[in-house]
Amino acid sequence: MKREQIQQQHQQQNATDQDEISIAQQNSEVNQELLGETDDLLAEIDGLLEENAEDFVKGFVQKGGQ
Amino acid sequence: MSVRRIMGAETEFGVLAPGNLSANPTVLSAQVVSTYDSLFHAELQAHSTAEWGYSSESPLSDSRGTEIPEKDAHVTQLTHQANVLTSEQIAAEALQDSGLYAERLNWDAVTMNSILPNGARLYVDHAHPEYSSPEVASPMDAVKWDAAGDWIAAQVVQRSADSPVLETINLYKNNTDSKGQSYGSHENYQMSRDTDFDDVIQGLLPFFATRIIMTGAGRVGIGTKGETAGFQISQRADFFEREVGLETTIRRPLINTRDEPHADSERFRRLHVITGDANLSHVSNLLKFGTTSLVLALIEKGVAPHIVLADPVHAMHTVSHDLTLSEKIALSSGGEVTALQIQREYLEAAEEYFSGVDEETDQVISLWNEVLDALETNLFSLANRLDWVAKYSLMRQYVAQGIGWDNPKLAALDIQYSDIRPQKGLYFKLVELGRMQILFSPEEIADAARHAPENTRAYLRGEFIKRWPEELISVNWDTVVARNQLQTEVHRLTMDNPSAFTAEQTQQVLNSPTAVEVIESLNNVQKEK
Repeated sequence: MKREQIQQQHQQQNATDQDEISIAQQNSEVNQELLGETDDLLAEIDGLLEENAEDFVKGFVQKGGQ
Repeated sequence: MSVRRIMGAETEFGVLAPGNLSANPTVLSAQVVSTYDSLFHAELQAHSTAEWGYSSESPLSDSRGTEIPEKDAHVTQLTHQANVLTSEQIAAEALQDSGLYAERLNWDAVTMNSILPNGARLYVDHAHPEYSSPEVASPMDAVKWDAAGDWIAAQVVQRSADSPVLETINLYKNNTDSKGQSYGSHENYQMSRDTDFDDVIQGLLPFFATRIIMTGAGRVGIGTKGETAGFQISQRADFFEREVGLETTIRRPLINTRDEPHADSERFRRLHVITGDANLSHVSNLLKFGTTSLVLALIEKGVAPHIVLADPVHAMHTVSHDLTLSEKIALSSGGEVTALQIQREYLEAAEEYFSGVDEETDQVISLWNEVLDALETNLFSLANRLDWVAKYSLMRQYVAQGIGWDNPKLAALDIQYSDIRPQKGLYFKLVELGRMQILFSPEEIADAARHAPENTRAYLRGEFIKRWPEELISVNWDTVVARNQLQTEVHRLTMDNPSAFTAEQTQQVLNSPTAVEVIESLNNVQKEK
């Protein structure tokens, strides 16, 4: 293999690596964003939840219907 | 044939008095019905004063034999009744009523039954308040008028919370307490009487066993009492024990054989479907009514896929417990298929025969297609559309934080998803946060609580309730009985075709000054035919 070709291949390899890094970064940004959203959502939900989940669940007794 | 047909939704709400956990559920249910009955009558009175000039007659107060100028006073009075009456006393009173007035047999006991201005029925069904939607002519309308029932339930809850005397009641649109009890959310579909019921059974069993992958509401706990920790797709699945039967409360069957058409029994059958989960998600609910209506059309046309499951009841349990949607279901012929494959068979048949027949059919077919694809390839992309995926997606985030499936927090989340209060229910919170798609705005839903669909007989029923409540003796799905207050003669209208008595057909006769005249005009028209 000629050096030029190797060089090219190496450059391509670098380019691919960079692409991957860039994608990985994007992913991590997206994940961070998602994670942030998730935390926000769970915080919202936690604010709504019955104070004593165990008692609430125990007290939720229904008679059978159709 | 299309996705359009006469249909209706029934919701039995879970009922809880948080400050009085041992309260009798029948009494609580009676309070729910009575509270809304007085709320809408008070609103109508204000409305009719403006629109029909009834102020001097006070028709609504008169119909009860009491003078009730303020809605607060009325509710307080009802509170008093609800607090002192036991369920046995309420039942006894209803029975006594029916003895005194034969016409009132099932319908007119004030605290137990209420026919609403939107043509729906709100009543005490044993230990639960039940909302039965008006007859509608399409799946989209079924979703809208079912959501109207949730809005009505929320009004009642708000009222009980605001009142210093009423027992505070919370209502839940779910199907089980996970302690062994289940209550239903039923669908009704009008079918031609000509269709062989065996075809209906064969066509529906595989469909019902598998449609829950789209229409399930999600549930924490496996088994009727939640014996095993975990999450499953359907609220109702574990409560079904056999394939076909008449019962709805014990040994529940996938196909309910109740034959009570509330219409001309020679022409129509009303298929009473009891396998459904209570859906809050509009999209889940549209898929429930839309795809089922299409499958019924395939059956009526004689072109439903021929799939015979080895054990449909077992299959429904398996499908509900399989969050990977990959479990194989045994066919009676020996092969195996997945729930998704079965649903695709039905979808493809519907596409083949009904694509392009009308806009709403195409909408349901394309949604069905899209949702099956997403279930297969990108489940959590449906977290903003399907109840079970929304619930599952939320709970997985807690599980990822180390909370086990047996943690009461998740069981509480499950129940609270269905809390009907907009500021407390998790479904409504997701909508508020823009994380759940809706098909109708809150304003459109509130409007559907006040107005009946205009293209079914529910329209005429609603108009009778709104215009001449003081003349009505009894109102049923297919009859209206009225009497001029100064006379003894009773006038009866039979509405044996749910697609008739629409706004268009009754507009002219509704100009009459009295209900009796409307009934007589319509009876004359029917005689001439």
